[in-house]
Formats: sequence, C-alpha cells, structure tokens
Amino acid sequence: MAKRAAPEVNAGSMADIAFLLLIFFLVTTTIPKDSGINRKLPPMEPPNDDEVVIKQKNIFTVLINGKDQLLVEDELMELKDLRKAAIEFLDNGGGTDAQGNRCDYCKGKRDASSSDHPDKAIISLKNERETSYAAYISVQNELVAAYNDLRNIRALEIGARKGFSDMDFVLMEKNYKDAKFNGNKEKLKAVIDQIRAEYPEKLSEVQ
Amino acid sequence: MSKFKSKKDNALPAVNTASLPDIVFMLLFFFMVVTVMREDTLLIENRLPLADQVEKLEKKYPISYIYAGKPAKGYENLGTEARLQLNDKFADIEDIQAFINSERAAIAREELVDFLTVSLKVDKEANMGIVGDIKKELRKANALKINYSVGTGSALDN
Repeated sequence: MAKRAAPEVNAGSMADIAFLLLIFFLVTTTIPKDSGINRKLPPMEPPNDDEVVIKQKNIFTVLINGKDQLLVEDELMELKDLRKAAIEFLDNGGGTDAQGNRCDYCKGKRDASSSDHPDKAIISLKNERETSYAAYISVQNELVAAYNDLRNIRALEIGARKGFSDMDFVLMEKNYKDAKFNGNKEKLKAVIDQIRAEYPEKLSEVQ
Repeated sequence: MSKFKSKKDNALPAVNTASLPDIVFMLLFFFMVVTVMREDTLLIENRLPLADQVEKLEKKYPISYIYAGKPAKGYENLGTEARLQLNDKFADIEDIQAFINSERAAIAREELVDFLTVSLKVDKEANMGIVGDIKKELRKANALKINYSVGTGSALDN
C-alpha cells in the first residue's frame, strides 16, 4: 500500500481570523500623545502674607481679553511678536540683581526703563473668563519658548566649556532624563541648574 | 503530444494568497503593540490645542486626567457650554477635590503621592472660565503639578 501523506490543514480562513483581530485593534487604537506644557500652580496663600513691592519696570504684563486680543505692556500686540518682546524684556539686564551683581551674561539693550536682571524680571499673565483656551495655550507656549530660547543660547555658550558642546538646554534636559545617556550626569545637572538659576522661570498668573 | 491536456490550462492561474495571513498578522501585531486602550470614554468634545514647547508627561509618576469641553453628540441636552468630565461621567467643579483625594488614595506606593500630576485635557474652544475654576479647585486640593495636554504643532495656528 502506498504511503499516504497527512492531510494538510486548511489555512484558508486564517486570513479572515487575522483580519477580524486586525480590525478590532485598528478601531480601538488611540495613539497616545501624552505631552504638554508643565506648570506648577501657586499654593493657596497663607493668610498673613507680607506685600512684596516689585518695581513696575520689572513686571512684563500680558493680558488676553475676551476676544483673544493680546495687550502687552499696555499695547496691542500680535501673538507672533510676543516671543521677541518677552526675550527683550527678560534679557535686558539694565540694573543689578538682589545681591547687587550686574547681569554679565545678558545680551539685551541694558535699557534702564526695562527689567533690571533676569532674576528679578517677572512675567505677569492675566486672562478673562471669556478668553479661549486655545489663545491661552498659545500665549503660554510663546512665553515658555522665550525662556527656552534664552536658556538654549546660554547652554550653547557654557556647555562648550563644560564638555557638552552642541547641546542646547532642551536637549540637555532630555539627556538628563534619558537613562541611556552615556555622559557625566552630575556635571550635566550642574550645568542645567546653573542655567535655571541664571534665567529663572518667573511666570505669575493673576487669578 | 498533449493528448491529456485539459481545456482549463488556458485560464489564468489563481493568485497565490498563501502569504496573505502573514502580512495581515504583521499588521495585527503592529497594532496590538501600539494600542493603548482608552482609559475613559469621552462624553465631551476634546480637540486639544497645538503648541511646540512640549514636554513628555512622565509615566513613572501617577497621572490623573481631567477633561473639559462641550458635550459631545448625544449629550446635546446638556447645552453647549463647556462641561467637566471626571472618570466616566460629567461632574461639577466642586467634585474635583473629592476626585483628587480618591486618586491619591488609589496610588499604591505612598512615596509617589506627592508626585501626582494632573493632566488637563481641555477642548480648544472651551473658555478660560472653566479652566480657571479647575485650577482654583486644584489649588484648594493642593494638587499643584499640572500639565496642559496639547497636540504638537505650531502655536500660531491655533
């Protein structure tokens, strides 16, 4: 008797089953995009908080009204010009910081009528109830970008001396968090902290 | 020479579909790997605004989500004003403190409680009134680490 081969399993419906599963996963998939702008809210004020006097020239006021128009330092401004204006204000360095040091890393105009020192410069953001969330986020984004731009420039300057050349501030932070980064993390942390101290993010929101 | 040749041989040969399952399985595995099941069913419209100075939300810390936006299709009877959604249902502003407390209680490792980040997923057409109210309640609940969830793109296009 001739040897009979084992009958082949019919795999014709395999594709159908796989398609069924595929369609299920296609429908339920949401590519996660969990990224955003990190902020820290101020704690509820303690009842007896001493009034701190801040010079008017050290405050950069940004107001977004109910029609999403921008009022920066009492003048109407387009969103695209906000970043530049904020950088000019922060990097002005017209005076001295609380310890009486001049800002030797500032590249601004050193205008006496603008901010004294990045350490003292405060951006005050105010919005109305009718302001749209999209406009608010755009403004937040531009202000964060202003700080990031200044920090990036500074990072390229001092990073080269500390052995982190061609690394801007955003990349430094990313590398610091990255477990696979093979460099001296403590040194990197010191550089990041120095830049953070030189350009502290002082963004206050009026409630 | 082809005495036994059948007439059928002139027809087009069938396309070989033997590798079709392999291709489909490949796609299937891709989608299985990237799939994250939705944590909450959205009852509101949720189109996030765009920004380019974004930071990744770190998954190693606990995250709570607060959604806001105008009611989605099927919930039109609730009006067109932006509403708040916590977990799977509509909520009022006053519910936020209780929500944060329950989220804190649900964190298994106690040392991470202070690192709770609240991710605000707010529709871009919502107005700041509701966002301001949310922030006020979060301050009362002492949940100060927040993250405005945004899509990636140019902020000037908003």
